[in-house]
Amino acid sequence: MTGVATFLTRRRGGRGWHWTDVVSWLWLIGGLVIMFGPAVWLVGSSFKTPAQLAEFPPTILPYVGQQTSVEGHDKPLTLYRVKLPDGSTKIMAEIRRIGIVAQMVDPKAPKDIVKINIADRQPVREIGFETGNYTEPFVHFDFLRYLRNSVFVTAMATLITLLTNSMAAFALSKYKFRGRDFTMLLIVGTLMVPLSVILVPLYSVVSAVGLLDSLWGVILPTVATPTGVFLLRQYMLTIPDELLDAARMDNASEWQIYWRIVLPLAAPALAVLAIFSVVWRWNDFLWPLVVLSRKELYTLQVGLNTYAGQLNVQWHFILAMTVVTMIPVVLVFVFLQRYITSGIAGTGLK
Amino acid sequence: MGRITLTSIDRAYGKMKILHDINLDVADGEMLVLVGPSGCGKSTLLRLIAGLDRPTGGRIEIDGVDATDVSAAQRGLAMVFQSYALYPHMSVRQNLAFGLENIRMAKAEIDARIAEAARMLEIAPYLDRRPGQLSGGQKQRVAIGRAVVRNPTAFLLDEPLSNLDAELRISTRAELAALHKRLATTMIYVTHDQVEAMTLADRIVVMRSGRIEQIGRPLDLYNAPANLFVAGFIGAPRMNLLPVKVLSVAVNEVAVEGPGGLSAVIAANSAALKPGDEATLGIRPHDVDLSAGGPGSVEARVTLVEALGPETVVHATIAGDEKMVAVLNQQGIGAGGKQISLRLNPERMHLFDTAGLRVSII
Repeated sequence: MTGVATFLTRRRGGRGWHWTDVVSWLWLIGGLVIMFGPAVWLVGSSFKTPAQLAEFPPTILPYVGQQTSVEGHDKPLTLYRVKLPDGSTKIMAEIRRIGIVAQMVDPKAPKDIVKINIADRQPVREIGFETGNYTEPFVHFDFLRYLRNSVFVTAMATLITLLTNSMAAFALSKYKFRGRDFTMLLIVGTLMVPLSVILVPLYSVVSAVGLLDSLWGVILPTVATPTGVFLLRQYMLTIPDELLDAARMDNASEWQIYWRIVLPLAAPALAVLAIFSVVWRWNDFLWPLVVLSRKELYTLQVGLNTYAGQLNVQWHFILAMTVVTMIPVVLVFVFLQRYITSGIAGTGLK
Repeated sequence: MGRITLTSIDRAYGKMKILHDINLDVADGEMLVLVGPSGCGKSTLLRLIAGLDRPTGGRIEIDGVDATDVSAAQRGLAMVFQSYALYPHMSVRQNLAFGLENIRMAKAEIDARIAEAARMLEIAPYLDRRPGQLSGGQKQRVAIGRAVVRNPTAFLLDEPLSNLDAELRISTRAELAALHKRLATTMIYVTHDQVEAMTLADRIVVMRSGRIEQIGRPLDLYNAPANLFVAGFIGAPRMNLLPVKVLSVAVNEVAVEGPGGLSAVIAANSAALKPGDEATLGIRPHDVDLSAGGPGSVEARVTLVEALGPETVVHATIAGDEKMVAVLNQQGIGAGGKQISLRLNPERMHLFDTAGLRVSII
């Protein structure tokens, strides 16, 4: 505990607060609020009832109104903290409300009905979680099917991405051939072309090869990523050529060199690309929406969209399912983030 | 068998020629050392022999069979790299087994060979470690072990000792010599260190700028360097080279005079020189001695004295600007600034003509 305290109050030069200490704290706290705030709000809101979601001002935590059953009333009644005309406060249950006046009763004395102005009362609330937001969709919404589709698309696309991109990167980093640099430039150049520009031609291609309305139609157009080729190539450049020569002297075929030497040594970069690929494919929305039209083929992200109707949006379900779909991505980052930082920094092996 | 023959090998990268017309015949079981300053093409030549690179012209034969277009894997050679090039993600055992697995050798045979190599190179205790957990000397042994288990026709070693510290280098050098003796396999060894070349080689090939300057046994190179480059490269400290003028030429005898009152008669091929020619006289520091002055001596001024104990290295200048190094078997030479007389052993003088080629006869 003291260790944590000393860590948190560690200051520049030890004694006293230098202005840079203050700025660092403000900067870091600001960053935390800006980056982590929306996530907290999302998770908090996903447990709210539709009514509470529409409430203003919004709260971060979900609350539920307390209720109690009162003698002589079939349904449980909502509790309020009421300010009585004599100045005292009391917890009372609401029987009914007419305009700005509510008929209220003390749960201990259910016979005496008091009329109270609604401005003089506050609902008694405590933190409560509307778990129905999560359980409902599992029953009515085809969550498991969408999940299976999403997992299939993500896993297949990532595997194929790793394989093809590493093969391209191997050739571009370890072989000398005419036009190699031009090819590399061309591949990196495609980074500048966003999906929305090639959406229509890509649709025609996918349609022409008969992959429309199939999961492979979602997977295949996305597997060749210039980012992946570039990332892996830069990493493979750091693998010494002498290792490859040694393997050649050791009777290894070019495939064996790729498979048994280069691929294991490029593992940190492959991990980074795998993380990226999983996140991209998992969060992909536009392309699956375009390709898939049968409901049973929807991925999670497309499936979620069905909650946003033309006339009303079921925010509580969307928020809850958004949290669920975020979980794998968050887990990937939690467990693999050291690969991301080390891989991106390109720290080579010695 | 491990006889390797190179015939007029050329290698060019674009317009830049790295190797010019290399002819070399390596006998079976020989330890041949390729030596030269960095950038002379010795490593390129080794890669050509290994098959990791192709010559632009010429022929490579291994045991009399044309191997010019045979792939590296098919040549049956093994190579030890300067950086060791051990596979960092495999254990030592896997490193040794990799090449054998690739030729689909039986598991039992692989194990037997690894055990044998591990015993011979004393790497058995760390067969299950990764290269990253080994010291430089241990990595070096593993790299050699990886070559040994292959049972190759010939070993190719590319500056294998250059990453070791001085002490380890000397002991590993001795071990390499012992290994060569035991295996009696052809070894082609590349180094820029002439001491390594002198101690290890059966024959030395001195290279410069992609050309072979001289091939010969170590002492032949030391005693009779074919030209100024070899004279300067082999032997430490370097041979002293003094500009001289030819005075007279007799049958197999040339009289020269040089700076600092130097005059000498050297047994040399007189046909190449005529009186008045500029020539270069070479004398090794160990062939210089103190003298009391008089004929056959040169006057020199000491600039630096390095007392090493058994011998003393004296740096001096003759006639103001010609540098001269002498290694003397005595102590107490004195300090810098002193004027001394040096006697050059006339029987150990080398004479080179204007083109830098040797004309003296020993």
